[in-house]
Amino acid sequence: MSGRDRTDGATRASSRPPTDHAGLEVPAPTVAFSAEQLGEVRRLQGLYPDRRAALLPVLHLAQETFGYISLEVERYVAGLFDLTPAHVHEVVTFYTMFFRAPKGRHVVAVCHNLSCHLAGAPAIVAHLQGRLGIHVGETTADGRVTLQSVECLCACEHAPMMQVDDRYEFGLTPEKVDRILEGLR
Amino acid sequence: MTAEKILTRNFERADSHTLTAYLETGGYTAWQKAQTLPPAAITEEVKQSNLRGLGGAGFPTGTKWSFIPKNHTGPVYLVINADEGEPGTFKDRYLLERDPHALIEGMLIAARAIRSATGFVYVRGEYVEPYRRFSTAVSEAYDAGYLGKGFDVVVHRGAGAYICGEETGLISSLEGKKGWPKLKPPFPAIKGAFGAPTIVNNVETICHVPHIITRGAGWFASLGTKTQGGTRMYSVSGRVRRPGVYEASVAITLRRLIDELADGVTGNGRLKAVVPGGASAAILRADEIDVTMDVDGLRNAGTMAGSAGVIVMDETVSIPEALMVVARFYAHESCGQCTPCRESTGWIYKMVRRIVEGRGRKDDLDTILDVARRGAGTTICAFYDGAVGPYISYIEKFRGEFEALIDGAGARVVATPASRAATAHA
Ligand SMILES: Cc1cc2nc3c(=O)[nH]c(=O)nc-3n(C[C@H](O)[C@H](O)[C@H](O)COP(=O)(O)O)c2cc1C
Ligand code: SF4
Ligand code: FES
Repeated sequence: MSGRDRTDGATRASSRPPTDHAGLEVPAPTVAFSAEQLGEVRRLQGLYPDRRAALLPVLHLAQETFGYISLEVERYVAGLFDLTPAHVHEVVTFYTMFFRAPKGRHVVAVCHNLSCHLAGAPAIVAHLQGRLGIHVGETTADGRVTLQSVECLCACEHAPMMQVDDRYEFGLTPEKVDRILEGLR
Repeated sequence: MTAEKILTRNFERADSHTLTAYLETGGYTAWQKAQTLPPAAITEEVKQSNLRGLGGAGFPTGTKWSFIPKNHTGPVYLVINADEGEPGTFKDRYLLERDPHALIEGMLIAARAIRSATGFVYVRGEYVEPYRRFSTAVSEAYDAGYLGKGFDVVVHRGAGAYICGEETGLISSLEGKKGWPKLKPPFPAIKGAFGAPTIVNNVETICHVPHIITRGAGWFASLGTKTQGGTRMYSVSGRVRRPGVYEASVAITLRRLIDELADGVTGNGRLKAVVPGGASAAILRADEIDVTMDVDGLRNAGTMAGSAGVIVMDETVSIPEALMVVARFYAHESCGQCTPCRESTGWIYKMVRRIVEGRGRKDDLDTILDVARRGAGTTICAFYDGAVGPYISYIEKFRGEFEALIDGAGARVVATPASRAATAHA
């Protein structure tokens, strides 16, 4: 499922003419937030002395909405801030939590830093790769799971551990990993 | 000395994160008291308490607050660093989840001291549950009228980048940019977030403030050493029987922390090495753990208190392999602005990795040490110094183990008698 499918029927609430930051005419974006989401964008922008500070929160919202941050989404978000698409691109590429390509329905991020390593993280990574039939950095063919290996998630007392979407999963064993994977549809 | 729980006193309560629970245990009375004190008196009390920043650098908190220009009339911001990311550290996660109102009350008092009307709390992006818990507490505090009357709190989520924990990187990120650190001076207290004077403090640092106001600077100072007051939260992980968060005096020794609080070493039961202050602290050998955990105690021992993330390694752990994991982290997280940091972190990771994989070259160790020593202190932020500490200390203190790998002793050292012997005369 691509992010664009989910925007079907969304309100095109932007009254901005299709010009870029320099006033040059550009094609209208093919993605858009709903009217309600645009209200949320304005609320977020109002929280800061400089509305551009809401860029990260709005990018989080964009990723939830469109599935990932495509160049098209970057261009759309830039328009909401009067920022250049290049600035938004620079920001998106700097942070590890923004996906620039479609991701799986679930993201499994296993920690590979020192405390988890000492508690057997390499075996957990190998087990995950084997069970999912993919390497770290890849998504299963059915689009179910994207597998990442990440730096310390700061739950080292429960090593080895991983993050599954919004949830931390602690004290991993191969059996526990299997149970968690079975729960992901 | 380790008996008193201050920050963690409510952690056992299932509802410790709620306003009800916080009020039942005396919550927001320090804020009532602080409202009767002039701002300068609050700063002075915090100075006298010898509270030192618990985010990593250990800077005296009251002194930092006093750097806000006295005649400044525009906005002043209070920014809370909840970007916890130092490998081996997890204390702020506990505070956000289990005692969020302590942070809010501390922020109210700190804001009065520095005359700030707006506070930002920068929570690392991966901390979704801590973010929710803390945001709920902020709503409760607005409903109860603690917030919104002269002081507002904005909770901000990061998006995954260790360098955003460095205070100027954090400020750039808060402003909606990539998290590139800036050269200091100017320090944030002069020119910080949105160009205004800004105090950046760690979550745990600020959580101490209500107690200092209620019980007094003298009480707080007496809990620690001559130059650092109070208790702090130690995150203990790695090869110990009971990994977890422990609150104890800053004057506790590393040995007691490992043996008594974390219940001793696992693996083969014999300690080999400890990282005392998060991954960026220089490593200590088993015979170097009779040190106190305060900022100056660990500095005198050639390492640092940092974030108090204690990572324990028993004799079966391969030090070269541990360095490879840590070096991979620095290679991944360098923001890329400074040449020494960007280039060395990448190359040193590759070299340590080839040593671990049995492809090391004779002069690799000296090359790494040389490159590390030359780059130290030359970069925009302290990230690279934080990488140099481990590079140099792991190799200098366990050189024999690295050499055994280079000399073709095998692809990995796994506590063979030979590797122990090599370490012994290293
Ligand atoms: C690379 C790097 C990462 C840092 N990460 C953190 C962090 O995750 N949390 C934190 O509170 N301080 C971190 N710091 C320290 C901050 O720069 C700053 O000193 C601290 O937030 C100040 O608060 P304190 O005085 O209360 O400790 C980091 C510093 C560096 C150089
Ligand atoms: S030292 Fe490293 S992390 Fe810090 S600013 Fe320079 S390149 Fe970036
Ligand atoms: S090392 Fe894995 S959570 Fe810290």
